Amino acid sequence: MKFVHSPLLSQPLPAWRARLLLLGLLTGFLTLVGWSLYLQGFNSSFLQEKGASRYSRVIEVSATRGRIMDRHGDVLAVSTPVKSIWAIPEDAKLQPAQARSLAAMLEMDARDLTRKLNSEREFVFLKRQIAPPVAEKIAALNLPGIHEQREYRRYYPAAEMLAHMLGFTGAEDVGQEGIELAFQDTLAGKPGSRRVIKDRRGQIVEDVESIKPPQEGKDVVLALDAKIQYLAFANLRQALADNKAKAGGIVVLDAKTGEVLALVNLPTYNPNNRVRLAGAQLRNRALTDTFEPGSTMKPFTAALALEKGKYRFDTMIQTAPGTLTIGNATIHDAHMHGLLTVAQVIQKSSNVGAAKMALSIPPEEMWRMFDSLGFGTPLKLGFPGEVGGRLRPAKSWHPIEQATMAYGHGISVTLIQLAHAYLAFAREGDLLPLSLTKVDTPPLLGKPVFSAQTAHEVRAMLELAVLPGGTAPKAQVPGYRVAGKTGTAHKLDGGSYANKYVASFVGFAPASDPRLIVAVMIDEPSAGIYYGGDVAAPVFSRVMGGSLRALGIAPDATANLQVAKDTTAAIRESM
Amino acid sequence: MQLRTLWQKLAAPIDPPLMTMSLILLGFALLVVSSASAERLGAQFFNMLIALLVMRVTAQISPQKLMYFALPVFVGGLLLLVAVALFGDVSKGARRWLNLGFMRIQPSEIMKIAMPLMLAWYFQRHETYLRLREYVVAALILLLPVGLIAKQPDLGTAILVLAAGFYVIFLAGLSWKVLAGLVVSAVAMAPLAWSMMRDYQKSRILTLLDPEADPLGKGFHIIQSTIAIGSGGILGKGWGQGTQAQLEFIPERHTDFIFAVLSEEFGLIGSTLLLILYALLIGRGMMIAANAPTLFTRLLAGSITLIFFTYAFVNMGMVSGILPVVGIPLPFVSYGGTSLTTLFLGIGILMSIHKHRMLVQK
Repeated sequence: MKFVHSPLLSQPLPAWRARLLLLGLLTGFLTLVGWSLYLQGFNSSFLQEKGASRYSRVIEVSATRGRIMDRHGDVLAVSTPVKSIWAIPEDAKLQPAQARSLAAMLEMDARDLTRKLNSEREFVFLKRQIAPPVAEKIAALNLPGIHEQREYRRYYPAAEMLAHMLGFTGAEDVGQEGIELAFQDTLAGKPGSRRVIKDRRGQIVEDVESIKPPQEGKDVVLALDAKIQYLAFANLRQALADNKAKAGGIVVLDAKTGEVLALVNLPTYNPNNRVRLAGAQLRNRALTDTFEPGSTMKPFTAALALEKGKYRFDTMIQTAPGTLTIGNATIHDAHMHGLLTVAQVIQKSSNVGAAKMALSIPPEEMWRMFDSLGFGTPLKLGFPGEVGGRLRPAKSWHPIEQATMAYGHGISVTLIQLAHAYLAFAREGDLLPLSLTKVDTPPLLGKPVFSAQTAHEVRAMLELAVLPGGTAPKAQVPGYRVAGKTGTAHKLDGGSYANKYVASFVGFAPASDPRLIVAVMIDEPSAGIYYGGDVAAPVFSRVMGGSLRALGIAPDATANLQVAKDTTAAIRESM
Repeated sequence: MQLRTLWQKLAAPIDPPLMTMSLILLGFALLVVSSASAERLGAQFFNMLIALLVMRVTAQISPQKLMYFALPVFVGGLLLLVAVALFGDVSKGARRWLNLGFMRIQPSEIMKIAMPLMLAWYFQRHETYLRLREYVVAALILLLPVGLIAKQPDLGTAILVLAAGFYVIFLAGLSWKVLAGLVVSAVAMAPLAWSMMRDYQKSRILTLLDPEADPLGKGFHIIQSTIAIGSGGILGKGWGQGTQAQLEFIPERHTDFIFAVLSEEFGLIGSTLLLILYALLIGRGMMIAANAPTLFTRLLAGSITLIFFTYAFVNMGMVSGILPVVGIPLPFVSYGGTSLTTLFLGIGILMSIHKHRMLVQK
């Protein structure tokens, strides 16, 4: 061996140095042991809790929102699963080619995507609510840091056709309008909760336990008939185009059950794409907009007069000279009719005749009738913005006001209130509450307003109105006996009547055993004609005819009954 | 019989106590790595075989031969460090790697062994007349590579190399007056050092003092690992059952922060067992140093042993939140071939020194 130094020669480590060294080592080890003991022995339960708080999460399990279906089970609103794509920017280190293909699939600008992926945040949504097939393709790319999340999107197959009826849901799947709002509690269900273990990236790695199972939302089956709704929608849209009208509405009711079979408002919107929505499109006019109904109110005046026993079906009323002056106001008829029966007053729509009947009745009784018909109070269907219309207390009525109310001025109603009130004539003088949902066992008798005899007599008068010599021969439906009444009202514009009109028609059929009530309202027809008999009645005829056939209701018209030809002149009604 | 002879030849330079401790540590390491990052188990097993091979080869080399290597290895290492500073690859804001075309090396790693080797050799040469001048030269030999490494920046390695050199100087008999002076000046220099530190280094120290100040950012590592360690409790959550580890709440869980995984899954029992293994290994190393025949071997063995301790102490300290975070792996346990190879090079040197302690071979 070539070691030149013997261990004897080399200086051993001085004792103090060795001790210092040992002391240092000992201190080091004891520090580590002590610290471990502190963390793991004394502090462990606290730190375990903190640890658990980092991975154990209670997550909400959303309940699927129930579907909305029409009376035949056609789906009108459904929650479809969609995917939202999100990223953890820190993990999402994409190759340029990967980023480009991702941007293309998300239909995003590549620069936008890059900006989002470079964000400082821990979590960023790239795109929400994309179709599942696209999400599958993205998942197949297997990109780092890109994740998907299941969400629901409400889809309305009927789009604008049912927009006002169904309404829509907001961002958090809560109903905002229409049925979605009115039946929120039923549709929504109750979210459940689960305890899960999430890793640092927020991915669920283990499902620990179910704390509360979600209660799925229930389906709502509407009274609505999609076929009738479509008929009403298509015909109203055509009528608005033909008459250059501003807006319009149609309500179809089942006279036997009080069910709302169709409810259409125009203008409308597509609930599946609500990016640009104007207030006018959103308005559910049939429920929220009131109008002066005009002559469609006359049958109620006549009915009340019959009820009081002062008038009979054929009691003669002098309407000459076509005007009636009350105080310093004068009521006009469009034509001078001379001596008319009560039935003819309705058939030819004489304002003077209606006013004379009204003035024979104490105001309180007239008010009570209006009130029991549902005017002046909202129907409370659960829709937002439902209004009751204007019905002032009888004490404040002046005679001229009572007279004009007899033919539908100085009072305002919504279209659905009007249609509802006509139930009394279509039935045996009684009113059923309206129902948006399907009614399986309708009550046999509703709340009585008029006697059955009165109802029958008014029904006969209303049949006359659509016959030649009436105001609305265009409302006739081939094969069926139709009863109805036109309405044409000047619109109030800033307190005075302007040259704008609301044309309406409310009627029912078959008159022998009424099944359907159809109310049509067309706001500001401005293509030259504006009478209810010319503008609203043809729409009524088409909707009523189509609906009766769709429901398979047996025709009740006798073979020799003449169907009105276009040439049949309608009697101009009074406004 | 042939087989037995082969085994005897193969086992000849091996020191059984060191070997036993190392193998237990490696077994433990495999257990923890398979839990922290199962897909790296095979790679780490391979790393271990390489490291053991290096150890066996080194154990064969006599200390005199090691002395011949001292200067060339040191100078070579120094040149490589300079080359890194000039041409090194930049990754994560640090210039640590040198691309040789066929492989990438981290020259700072070489210094962990080259430094004590060089200084021990230097003191051996000047053993008979150790004056202040020799210590100053030694300090220069030490500070030049440390400075280069710190500049990369790689604070963890710089600290280890500095410690390795300092241990040699300390063991060589540095005057306690100078020692005291160093301590005083170190304290005095602290503000200056603070001002020279990079922002991330400063924030690591601040984070240590108050990790909750920024729990999602810089304090994240320390908080997560402290929680993992503590939530292991006395018995641990069981192998592969550590929630914090398996759910990726522990950062760098297979490398620098593997102690947190170990502590969470094996509890106080596991971390104490690890400390005992280290203590035994270091104790054996100190025995070898004490029995070493020459100044060179004594200094080298002492320094290498103390470096093991430093490794373990700094890593465990930083993971459990009592020291600032610097990139130092847990010796023998952390995943990675480079540091493991360096460690077993050290073990090999210890074995060699022990084997060749007698001046005259039996």
